[in-house]
Amino acid sequence: MKPDDPAIRWIDPPELTLSEQLYLPLFAQGLTTTMRHWKRTWTEGPVTVSYPDEEPTIGNPLNYRGVHRLNRDEQGRVQCVACFLCATACPAHCIDIVAAESPWPDRDKYPESFTIDELRCIFCGMCEEACPVDAIELTSLYNLTGRSREEMIFDKEKLLSVYDKTKDSEPMQSRSGGGAS
Amino acid sequence: MTGWWLLVAVKVVIVAAGVMTAAAYLVLLERKLAAWVQDRIGPNRVGIPLTRIRLFGLGQPLADGLKFIFKEEFTPGHVDRWLYWVAPVAILTVSLAAFAVIPFGSVLPSSVGVEGEHPIQLVVAPGIHVGLLFVFAMGSIAVYGVILGGWASNNKYSFLGALRSSAQLIAYELPLGLGILGVVATAGTLDLQRIITTQAETGCWFVFTQPLGFVVLVIAAFAEAARLPFDLPECEQELVGGYHTEYAGMKLLLFLVSEFLHMITGAFLIVILFLGGWHFWGLTGSAEEVGWFRAILRVVVLLAKVFAVILFFQVVRWSWPRFRFDQLMSFCWRVLLPLGMVNLAAVAVFWEVFVSESWLPGGRLGAAIGGWLVLIVSGYLLGRARPVIADNRPAATLMPHDIDWQVP
Repeated sequence: MKPDDPAIRWIDPPELTLSEQLYLPLFAQGLTTTMRHWKRTWTEGPVTVSYPDEEPTIGNPLNYRGVHRLNRDEQGRVQCVACFLCATACPAHCIDIVAAESPWPDRDKYPESFTIDELRCIFCGMCEEACPVDAIELTSLYNLTGRSREEMIFDKEKLLSVYDKTKDSEPMQSRSGGGAS
Repeated sequence: MTGWWLLVAVKVVIVAAGVMTAAAYLVLLERKLAAWVQDRIGPNRVGIPLTRIRLFGLGQPLADGLKFIFKEEFTPGHVDRWLYWVAPVAILTVSLAAFAVIPFGSVLPSSVGVEGEHPIQLVVAPGIHVGLLFVFAMGSIAVYGVILGGWASNNKYSFLGALRSSAQLIAYELPLGLGILGVVATAGTLDLQRIITTQAETGCWFVFTQPLGFVVLVIAAFAEAARLPFDLPECEQELVGGYHTEYAGMKLLLFLVSEFLHMITGAFLIVILFLGGWHFWGLTGSAEEVGWFRAILRVVVLLAKVFAVILFFQVVRWSWPRFRFDQLMSFCWRVLLPLGMVNLAAVAVFWEVFVSESWLPGGRLGAAIGGWLVLIVSGYLLGRARPVIADNRPAATLMPHDIDWQVP
């Protein structure tokens, strides 16, 4: 594009007012903003928390994308039907499912093993979106740590235990889907 | 004679240790202040080592220092080893040396004099009549540290950073000098103690009679200390670093500390030259001879003022955006330099007319009113002229063949 191109719109900087021309009022304005925040921090306290001492409050736990869990149905069975939609949707390819013939009459398949590599996961929540039976969900557990890589690869039992741990504080988000239950 | 040497040694230790400790704790203050301004908490963990006592993070400077000491003393293979070593040492040395002539109080009572004759002056090197010049000379040598560091690093980014930095420091020496020249002219001396005494005796701080000089000096001091909004040598958010990109560990710390010392020096200069030094009305008096109470009170008043100025320096850091380099330069040469000259001329005229010759009534009050009028008028005129605002866009009338002609 050339400088004389008619498509270029030339914008002039806005004219300065008298106080802006004097510079110093603007300096006072900037200083006022700083002092206002300082005063705010001293009177109302900071907006941050001292993390290991106090836990942050998570705004809406149902929206938060933390560690995964595998939901159970009323009979305590894994709700997953091994449809592979989550594994397909996963952009990080961190979900590994081995499907098997279901021992129960109400569905065809169930996951023999269901493994999520939490180190690979980017916590995008696509698996949660994709799941037709609301079997996989992201909880609000944010402080996920481990001492080895193996420890961070969550198998089915571990994912179900996450459900057992969080089912009271975070109810399942939706029961609208079909499948089990 | 032994007593005299001992006295000097004690004063050197007090000043050097005090200033270094103060620098460490001012870093902590700066971090806390940054946190408060940004609605955060700031460092509050480190207390007494090996215990769980936190003390509001007062152990943080110690931890910072230890971290720097235990870092690997890495020297890149491509540097000029000799200069690489000399640069941080040189810059720290001159930054500390400036404190030799800066008074940190008035005098001690004459009863503790070493030979029982003169009261002890609270300066490392008392009686230097060109103390102000000495401070300036040391400030100028600091540029050598900067440029040596950049050159010895053998790295084009470091070298460019050093060039930017030295250009800035050298340019802002001029307005700094012009800002204080009015004070020197009216006080009639370059001795910092004498300048304070002049203000104490009249009770009229120079900031009241020479507000324009004060503004020029404060802004130039910001630039000299390379503080925001003039911290172009090492704007953390934009550059890798400046002249000290290739430095690590203790040598880097020396650079950073000396920059902090520049700020402390600048604060001392501002307080001593314009804010009355150790003088405060009704508290400290102005007599040569003082008792213990007055002597300590003067030290406290001086340090409190310096602390207030440093606090201002640090609040400013989080208040205003950084200048662009061309704005920095045009601000120096087109704004501060003329303002400094106007200030000098105005101060000379007003002082002659109102104070020393008394052709017009009013005395110092008249000089003060004149000074403030000059500040407002010159500020307005400069604002109208808008010398800092540069339009860097290509002109709308520029034709393509002009560009072809310009590009070789």
